[in-house]
Amino acid sequence: MDITKIPTGIEGVDDVMLGGLPEGRTTLVAGSAGSAKTIFALQFLSSGIARGESGVFVTFEESPDDIRRNVASLGWSIDEWETEGRFAFVDVSPAPEHETIFAGDFDLGALMSRIEHAVRRTNASRVALDSLGAVFAHFDDSRTVRNELRRIAGALRKMDVTAVLTAEREEEYGPIARFGIEEFVADNVVILRNVLEEEKRRRTIEVLKFRGTTHMKGEYPFTIADGRGIISIPLSSIELKQPSSNVRASSGSVELDRMLGGGFFRDSVILVSGATGTGKTLTAMHFIAGGLEAGEKVLFLAFEESREQLFRNAVGWGFDLERYEREGMLEVVCHYPEVKSLEDHLLDIKDKLQSFGPKRVAIDSLSALERVGTVRSFREFVIGVTSAIKRLELAGLFTNATPTLLGGTSVTEAHISTITDTIILLRYAEIYGAMRRGITVLKMRGSLHDKDIREFSIDMEGMHIGLPFRNVGGILAGNPVQLPRSEMDRVSELFADEARGGDEE
Amino acid sequence: MNERRYLLRLYVTGRTPRSDQAIANLRSIMETDLDGAYDLEVIDVLERPQLAEDERIVATPTLIKELPPPLRRIIGDLTDREQVLLGLDLQQD
Repeated sequence: MDITKIPTGIEGVDDVMLGGLPEGRTTLVAGSAGSAKTIFALQFLSSGIARGESGVFVTFEESPDDIRRNVASLGWSIDEWETEGRFAFVDVSPAPEHETIFAGDFDLGALMSRIEHAVRRTNASRVALDSLGAVFAHFDDSRTVRNELRRIAGALRKMDVTAVLTAEREEEYGPIARFGIEEFVADNVVILRNVLEEEKRRRTIEVLKFRGTTHMKGEYPFTIADGRGIISIPLSSIELKQPSSNVRASSGSVELDRMLGGGFFRDSVILVSGATGTGKTLTAMHFIAGGLEAGEKVLFLAFEESREQLFRNAVGWGFDLERYEREGMLEVVCHYPEVKSLEDHLLDIKDKLQSFGPKRVAIDSLSALERVGTVRSFREFVIGVTSAIKRLELAGLFTNATPTLLGGTSVTEAHISTITDTIILLRYAEIYGAMRRGITVLKMRGSLHDKDIREFSIDMEGMHIGLPFRNVGGILAGNPVQLPRSEMDRVSELFADEARGGDEE
Repeated sequence: MNERRYLLRLYVTGRTPRSDQAIANLRSIMETDLDGAYDLEVIDVLERPQLAEDERIVATPTLIKELPPPLRRIIGDLTDREQVLLGLDLQQD
């Protein structure tokens, strides 16, 4: 029998589930306290309502009033749905005002009858029970409760509804749920996690199993956004299948374009790496100006400097960013990286890409963002931004600060160098007691490029790339050594063949 | 204390042996301990689910002592006579 899926309507989660929840089945959604189980359950109903279906929410923990209030910020107007008869609560939340005495065997027939009644009344196709563990708190006879919940799970299957049952977990990586609940709704299990990792909160969703149908494996990060609820960013679904273009775009500097064999590719991602003060932000400015001069819209995400600082520096280099922003061609977004999590930053950036519709994006700098998240979430962030940029066929430039002044790589580079198409290194070199700046194109996917390390200078008109450092070695390693002329000649002789074959188009 | 008239509602799920058991247990208690001075309404939640919803009944059988105050809920088939008497404020000292 083929199992069809019904979309949860939760961005990204349907990708992880390869379509949604198994239709007509019951899925256990287990998570620790604060893992967004209730939001998941409500969002599942909410998106059903948006598709013209109805939903029933059985609450064992929070009162309907609390829920109505709590989800108002997510943009769900439960009141309206109730008035329209498309949503019903079955209120089983604790009622401290009820003085209760136990005197013999019982069942949960009343609860079952109320659920059936609500489903019939609203003609619901989606039902959520939140959360099962709380039922055990209402009654001291846990064996009866377990039997009764099993009966209710069975009844839901017969009612031809797709149901989400939430349950508590005590440990993030332990038994599926408390009270052995998974034993009677074991067909489909989804786990929500809220893990403290390197002092940072990280929310993930994992489909543990879907009986008889497929899903993506592993944990996928998600975030909760105002007005939208849960949003997940599954990476493995977007990492592949990116179109690539052979159209060149100017870096904004004629000299750098020459080094790049004619400019960047239009839908490529460029990493500019260097120590503080080597000219990363300036390279980004050139890139921005290059786009603006070609009549393209540009988005500039600045995480290191304030607007005023940026605009002032830009004027110093001869760029009038303010004018372009007034004309609507440029949007500069300045944020402290710490204002939100990387997942939220990613979400914002993706929204901006959609709403503003730029052709170029510059991020200054990635390393500033790196300190906000864990190594893993940072990597996911970079992949997320990169794939968004590629899917929209934009050009992206990220800057990255290296921790040491001379040479050296950073963790960031190690994590993202394989994702980027082009890497430009900016380096200091100490030569005869003076600090000089060097620039080199370390890699450029799909194109020939200049392999020299060239000296460059910065003046009132931006950067100027000059001649290669001919008699200096070890700049990239941060250990410049002057080489005698004879040695230089010998080395270039050695590679003469390769140079002829490789560097000419 | 038996002058007060009792108003009782018993919520059951259909005519099951457990429902019958609860009704029989209750009648026996009321006859012996209350001299029949009570009004009892038996409500089948399968027929009137909205009533169960309004009263927020979860388990069946559930006996609600509406009068005399305090309002009290007694859950189960009422086999535990001691507990029922306690719930109805009829326990002998």
